[in-house]
Amino acid sequence: MPEITYREAVRDALATAMRDDDDVFIMGEDIAEMGGSMGVTQGMLAEFGPERVRNTPISEMALAGTAIGAAMQGMRPVAEIMYEDFLTLAAEQIVNQAAKVRYMSGGQISVPVVFRTQGGAGWSPGAQHAQQLEAWFVHIPGLKVVFASTPEDVRGLLWSSIYDDNPVVFFEHRTLYPIKGNVPEKIEPIPIGKARTHREGEDVTVIATGRLVHESLKAAEEAESQGVSVEVIDPRTLQPLDEDALVNSVKKTNRAVVAHEAVTRMGFGAEVASVLQYQAFDWLDAPIERVGAKFAPLPFAPVMEQFVVPHAEDVLQAILRTVGKG
Amino acid sequence: MAKVEEKRGTLGKADLKDVLREMLLIRRFEEKVEERFRAGELPGFLHVAIGQEACAVGVCRALAEGDIIASTHRAHAHTLAKGTHPNELMAELYGKTEGCSHGYGGSMHLYDVQHGNMGANAVIGGGLPHIAGAALAFKLRGEPRVALAFFGDGATNIGTFHEALNLAQLWKVPAVYVLEDNHWAESTPESQHSPIRDLSERAKAFGMKALKADGQDVEAVFKTARQALEHARSGKGPVFVHLDTVRFHGHYIGDPQVYRDKDEAAELRKTRDPIEILRERIGVGDDDFAELDAEVTEIVEASVEFAKSGTDPAPEDALKNIYA
Repeated sequence: MPEITYREAVRDALATAMRDDDDVFIMGEDIAEMGGSMGVTQGMLAEFGPERVRNTPISEMALAGTAIGAAMQGMRPVAEIMYEDFLTLAAEQIVNQAAKVRYMSGGQISVPVVFRTQGGAGWSPGAQHAQQLEAWFVHIPGLKVVFASTPEDVRGLLWSSIYDDNPVVFFEHRTLYPIKGNVPEKIEPIPIGKARTHREGEDVTVIATGRLVHESLKAAEEAESQGVSVEVIDPRTLQPLDEDALVNSVKKTNRAVVAHEAVTRMGFGAEVASVLQYQAFDWLDAPIERVGAKFAPLPFAPVMEQFVVPHAEDVLQAILRTVGKG
Repeated sequence: MAKVEEKRGTLGKADLKDVLREMLLIRRFEEKVEERFRAGELPGFLHVAIGQEACAVGVCRALAEGDIIASTHRAHAHTLAKGTHPNELMAELYGKTEGCSHGYGGSMHLYDVQHGNMGANAVIGGGLPHIAGAALAFKLRGEPRVALAFFGDGATNIGTFHEALNLAQLWKVPAVYVLEDNHWAESTPESQHSPIRDLSERAKAFGMKALKADGQDVEAVFKTARQALEHARSGKGPVFVHLDTVRFHGHYIGDPQVYRDKDEAAELRKTRDPIEILRERIGVGDDDFAELDAEVTEIVEASVEFAKSGTDPAPEDALKNIYA
């Protein structure tokens, strides 16, 4: 079991797929010589050349739309959208085109494209370079949405996304690129639609995504020391969602906290809370707690940014409230 | 088409008669669509290309086997010209499972992959980057195919137009971008939507080769399209084709056209009808024309019968085809 970083894990999935399969290629802004703004594609130009590691102009509509057009002809392009804030520029192509081509054509054409992107606060870029917009895309029938939080998951899920015949919006979290984790020697595809239980517990289930998986694990440790046993689950794929895993866990613990870095209002946690209250209503012993960013654009000044986004302490307080200790 | 004519990139006399027949079939088909829409039989939002038939037929005739197109919201003519059977198109307009998009698409989302139609698009400019991407796929796989997009003058102001043409030229992909310039963006005249009068000038911004033709002259359209396709297929990069055309009817079926001078429209219909222009050129007399007309009208009537006796999808079929 080698230990690699989250960044290396993404690169390994891309490079391995490209070595195996001529239909796979990558395109994006600054991904060639520069190796991507997050360094994910470093070294790939040298191995695969400019035809398959394609720098694009700063032109998200064309970047997304060209990837879609190539996918409609049977290629498996992976388009890197440098910051997920810029998904807004590509949204027409992702939402109106990629998500709907299969449907509008009555099933004649598949669009096996992956839109890789990253975001996340913690480095003071201000309001336009760190939003968490995953919930927007879960709202669109026809798209799959993945948000991986560990090196093993990001590698196995990216592999599965490349080989999925549907458009996948693949979220990475900026602050996770340097984290290390053990991965299998050979890539093992992780099925899209399968949650991962990171830690088993008896009293409260925390359902978290992205950076908040790690914050929740920290919070769970602290809660344990206060006598509260916490289960932590990462759905990993937001669409399709492994509802059974979440519901079964809550039926066991009778309490739930949902946690993500995105703004709480209309966030992914709202959907999870709805699923849980409907399918596990009789098992719930406390209101479902939601942890997310405050309802503000991301501010620049570090003290304000820290204030807006959630941390382990926020998850801990939510856990404690569910057991009447808050 | 005879080999020699193929080589010359022109149409022979027999071909021209067939071209006339095809344009007339499209005309009668679209007139029937208008009639059936007004009778309340067709759901949705429909746009006809009456007056623009030479663009669709001339361009699609110039395509080779394996070439693909992306169309617009005004897609019936392109779809028929690219080889979809009138029955399948009409069935789609009636929302039947026998339709070319199996009832999932409708007039603005016509697809027929088997015939190389990668989709009409209800978002202006929506298909332009797909064509750059399809052409990129052909280039990467070393296939001698060309991807071609139709779009209108209104689309030359949207971001995808500029982004897609820029990228297509930058990467020298085998794509052809065909502007059907009918001088109206819905109800907005070109003078109100573009600061330049010659929209082929747009291609200069990308260093893209531009060709121009009278969009009412099907022979000129064919010849120009063939030239563009050869250029793209030979690896020299994409081509912008500007076709000057006329939309005889409104933007959509039922458009009262309060924004347009009725006399001017009637005058254009007299002088710039692509069917009349070709008919006169090749000398088709009244009797021959009536025979041709009867033949295509029968096909159109049969398509309505086919569509009406088609199968309605089950309501819950709405939940299929969302994911592969």
